[in-house]
Amino acid sequence: MKIPKFVLSILLVACLVMAIGLPAYAAKVIKIGVIGPMKFVQGKGHWNGATMAAEEINAKGGLWVGKKKMKIELVKADSNEFLSMTDATNAMELLLTRHKVDFIVGGFRTEAVLAMQDMAMDYKKIFIGVGAASDEICTRVAKDYDTYKYWFRGSPFNSSYLGKTSFVHLGTVAAILKMSLHIPKIKVAVVAEKAMWTEGMIKACQVYLPKMGMEVVGVWRPSAVATDVTAELAAIQRSGAHIVFTIFSSSVGITFARQAGELKIPAAMVGINVEAQKDSFYEATQRMGDYVMTLNTYARGVEYNELTPRFVNTYIKRFGETPTYTADTYTAIIYSLAPVIEEAGTLNADKIVAIMENREYAVPGGKHKYMKDAQGRHLHDLTWGPGYLTSLGVQWQDGKLVGVWPNRWKAAKGAPEITYKGIVPYKIAPWVIEKYKK
Amino acid sequence: MILDIIISGLINGSVYALLAIGFSLIYGAARIVNLAHTAFYMVASYCIYYATHKMGVHPVLAMLLAIILVTLIGLVCYQLFINPIREHEAAVLIATIAIAMAMQEVMLLIFTGDFLSVPALVKGYLKIFGVKIAYQQLLTIGAALLILAGVWAVLMKTRLGLAIRSTAQDREVANLMGMNESRVAMITMGISVGLAAFAGAVVVPLTIVNPHMWMHPLIIMLAVVVLGGLGSLKGSFAGAYILGFTESLVVFLLPMGAFLKGSVALSVMILVLLIRPEGLFGIAFEEER
Repeated sequence: MKIPKFVLSILLVACLVMAIGLPAYAAKVIKIGVIGPMKFVQGKGHWNGATMAAEEINAKGGLWVGKKKMKIELVKADSNEFLSMTDATNAMELLLTRHKVDFIVGGFRTEAVLAMQDMAMDYKKIFIGVGAASDEICTRVAKDYDTYKYWFRGSPFNSSYLGKTSFVHLGTVAAILKMSLHIPKIKVAVVAEKAMWTEGMIKACQVYLPKMGMEVVGVWRPSAVATDVTAELAAIQRSGAHIVFTIFSSSVGITFARQAGELKIPAAMVGINVEAQKDSFYEATQRMGDYVMTLNTYARGVEYNELTPRFVNTYIKRFGETPTYTADTYTAIIYSLAPVIEEAGTLNADKIVAIMENREYAVPGGKHKYMKDAQGRHLHDLTWGPGYLTSLGVQWQDGKLVGVWPNRWKAAKGAPEITYKGIVPYKIAPWVIEKYKK
Repeated sequence: MILDIIISGLINGSVYALLAIGFSLIYGAARIVNLAHTAFYMVASYCIYYATHKMGVHPVLAMLLAIILVTLIGLVCYQLFINPIREHEAAVLIATIAIAMAMQEVMLLIFTGDFLSVPALVKGYLKIFGVKIAYQQLLTIGAALLILAGVWAVLMKTRLGLAIRSTAQDREVANLMGMNESRVAMITMGISVGLAAFAGAVVVPLTIVNPHMWMHPLIIMLAVVVLGGLGSLKGSFAGAYILGFTESLVVFLLPMGAFLKGSVALSVMILVLLIRPEGLFGIAFEEER
């Protein structure tokens, strides 16, 4: 019997649809999409953290969802968001439509995450952001709760708090320089890469640093991917700055630290330098990165609570490097999602959201509690401060990344001093001492 | 501050000059707009990284090996992808950008997008009138001058140089005079890619190795050669330093707009072209157009 071509085509399409659709329908697994720039270190962190979490859960047989025990299946999606926004949205589309994931973790660049967030919300999928810091991603939840309630911030805390913490670090280092080198008034050079997320921090520097008793001698804005900053460094040196306040998230962080170290620029470097958070930084700067201080989430040997060493040490053992904040996909799955899925007994996103937004729970980086805005509306943003999330101040000392803050830090007058286990004193670069020691 | 601007302009200009000379050479001799030029520079940087970090080869030997290997890759690319379509300039443009993208993706697959670096050949710095200059930067300035002198010597004092110049002036007549024009083009391509690799070797200790490191230099290099006059080595050299100094001026006089240094440099190029469309040093092959 001859089958007409038309019928044959329909049969083929039907088979194809079944082949794609059936496994997802029949499988007793929880599908978690892990989205990030997988060819870059940030995406590797996303994937490594999620892998560790899935392995841990699956080793115990999975999660109880009602009366069923379901294993975790991870789906990797390369967003390539550093290079292409289209790739990012395509990757999210694949997760949502082809792989039909139940949850999503990851994302890095705010610009890409905003677009991916909209897509995930359209499909009513819970998306825990691990990477982007912009406040706006969470204010959307307050403004339009019904649409954006499926979004939660996983890591880091928002950029306003990142700025606030960096200013605390800056104040700490300024006090050390003042005391050790007897400098009456600290001069600060602000060096921020040209990127959207740095704009607010620059304005804040110009407003708050004078109030903190410091003088801003200039603001330099190199490109985020600048490969030579010697001109900027020469200008900074001429300005007589004692501290360089860095706001970097891209490769310029390596260039700047390397050239400043090579030329022994007599100024302490404090602020945010995402590249300096990585173990590879010291080699990337050809061992010129010593004394650079940056805000960070984890450091070897530093403990926020009893969960920190377990996570950090297992991660180092498994992947051979210290976790960066994008590896908090581990936290997102193990501490944010897993207990809620078991408590809800379902994968229904609305039921899970209702539980998630009201929880308060310890994580390897401190404690999570989702904030509300001034009008009491849910933000699904993370609470900052002592007892919750503070992050660390880390410094490269003799080729090792060590925690130097909080060291007897008081969040407010009369508040108790905070020092995490494993914190060591801050060190001033010898060439800075040589220049200013009277 | 003037001294700062002069020194930092010299450094910037030297790096651009190193890249622009090779690009200009192959355009001048064979009319090939090789947009993959800086991609060869990127591949050379990765070769040096791999040889020094993964194989433990001495940096100088690694640089030599990288230059040889990249030159060979360049010649293979020329034979396979450029030579068959040489007569079609638009096709060459597309082919060379495709080669560059392919090389970028290969490097991304092998080395991922991690930022890598290689050690400086000479560590430390020198202080001139209070301005600190790394020895490696001085080496770059020296290398740029040396290369220009070398290229000039080859072009002016050797039979090969004579052949290249003749071919550049009039391909058909050179052919009629018994010169193997195709072979001359291939040799020039080899020299040009070798120069890109050499630029990579000298510049790589000053920069960050990553798969996209070829893009920004490509734009600046194009600006340099257009500003100097397409195909003119002298023009490339002058253009490189003009843009180098412009960038330094921006950083020192407009710190908040330091990221604009590339844009300002390109604006200078446009301004010059408005006044003198053929670029600063004109075009030696105008009659053939």
